[in-house]
Amino acid sequence: MNAPTLASSARALLVRDLRLLWRRRGDAFQPALFALLVVVLFALSLGGEAESLSRVAAAVLWLSVLLAGLLSLDTLFRGDADDGSLEQWILAPVPLAWLVAVRVFSHWLATALPLIIATPLLGELLYLPSGQLPVLMASLLLGTPLLSLLGAVVAALTVGMRRSGILVALLALPLYVPVLVFGAGSVAASAQGLDAVGALLLLGAGLVVALVLAPLTAAAAIRIALS
Amino acid sequence: MNPVVRWFHQLGSPPTFDRFAARWTPWCHGVALVLLGLGMWQALFVVPADYQQGDSFRILYIHVPAAWMSLLVFGLMAFYAAIALVWRIKLCEILAMACAPIGAAFTLITLATGSIWGKPMWGTWWDWDPRLTTELVLLFLYLGVMGLYGAIDDRRAAARAAGLLAIVGVALLPVIRYSVVWWNSLHQGQTIRMFGESSMDASMMLPLWLMVVATKFWFAGSLLARARADNLRRESGRDWVLRQAGAAP
Repeated sequence: MNAPTLASSARALLVRDLRLLWRRRGDAFQPALFALLVVVLFALSLGGEAESLSRVAAAVLWLSVLLAGLLSLDTLFRGDADDGSLEQWILAPVPLAWLVAVRVFSHWLATALPLIIATPLLGELLYLPSGQLPVLMASLLLGTPLLSLLGAVVAALTVGMRRSGILVALLALPLYVPVLVFGAGSVAASAQGLDAVGALLLLGAGLVVALVLAPLTAAAAIRIALS
Repeated sequence: MNPVVRWFHQLGSPPTFDRFAARWTPWCHGVALVLLGLGMWQALFVVPADYQQGDSFRILYIHVPAAWMSLLVFGLMAFYAAIALVWRIKLCEILAMACAPIGAAFTLITLATGSIWGKPMWGTWWDWDPRLTTELVLLFLYLGVMGLYGAIDDRRAAARAAGLLAIVGVALLPVIRYSVVWWNSLHQGQTIRMFGESSMDASMMLPLWLMVVATKFWFAGSLLARARADNLRRESGRDWVLRQAGAAP
């Protein structure tokens, strides 16, 4: 039997994750549904007037995407920890950090990408000014992978627990603060007629750093949790 | 073996550390109390009032040392955690986790005194300004470390997981430190310099340094006391603990 290479192991894991996703495709809509409900609740609690909604639309959208991602964090490694696949990951001849990175990518495809696709629709519900939509989409495209990577560290830290519950939120939200500040900040800057590129570049820089460091950290956390 | 290195190695054993902590905790707290008393007396009665802020600036003698400690303790916690992760030294796990509640308390003191000062000076208890926000995030990180340590049943795995979170959180420290430089902030910029000329008058500096040293000693005493308690809890049931408790087997 040939030893698996980085590419073949990534393909195997990705195909398996996507096949599982397809078999339970109803679940794939849950984060988007949750974000829709958050948007509805915000719209109703703010009174539903177009002026007051369009002013906070970008911030509310960012927040609903962030919260939907937070809810789906627990599923990142939970299933594999329960059925023992995670131990096999540790034993596998490919680096654990690589498998973690592939899993984060497939998880991002399953939970964050539908949200980003739904964002223009949700934006219409909140009377998002059309000029802000491209900046919002760009900031979400850069920001949600960053949220997934940071969340992977937290999910890996709590994977050993039977019920992580509110602790995941307590651990993840402080780490999410800078992403939210720069993500929502880029849209706010463009709304004021300022240049949004600075905040987007910072998000991109954060994404590059997290792409390298977060899988390594999450791998270390998984080793601790399963040792 | 070099006696210093040998002493260091011996300190890693739980009974030796217990004796060490038991001996030095009262000394650290005692020195801290004397310096705190001296510093507070200087700060409240000796130092002249500020020409702009009047007497309300005196709260800085608590605010600034506590704020420095909130950063230092986090750094130290991550340092111990890194040692614990790399060399698996049990005592360093205990010390790292003992840092967290003390650091959280210093952070809380910083936020509270800052608010109390901010109300008369800025006209508001709170402002979403970078320095204040990052310090608040630091408090949440401390609480996260404590929560994670409490949530995992196995104490050693819990300490290593929470320590890893502390190491991740170190990324925040430079952001807090330079937040007044990088962004426009309501919080004032750096006025006190270790090297070179401070923009604070020399007559106001002495109590500040007293308080800074006092908080260090207070932290050292609290760290030893907390680490000793955790150490005894983990070692409970061992012979040396039973003998010490007077319940020899």
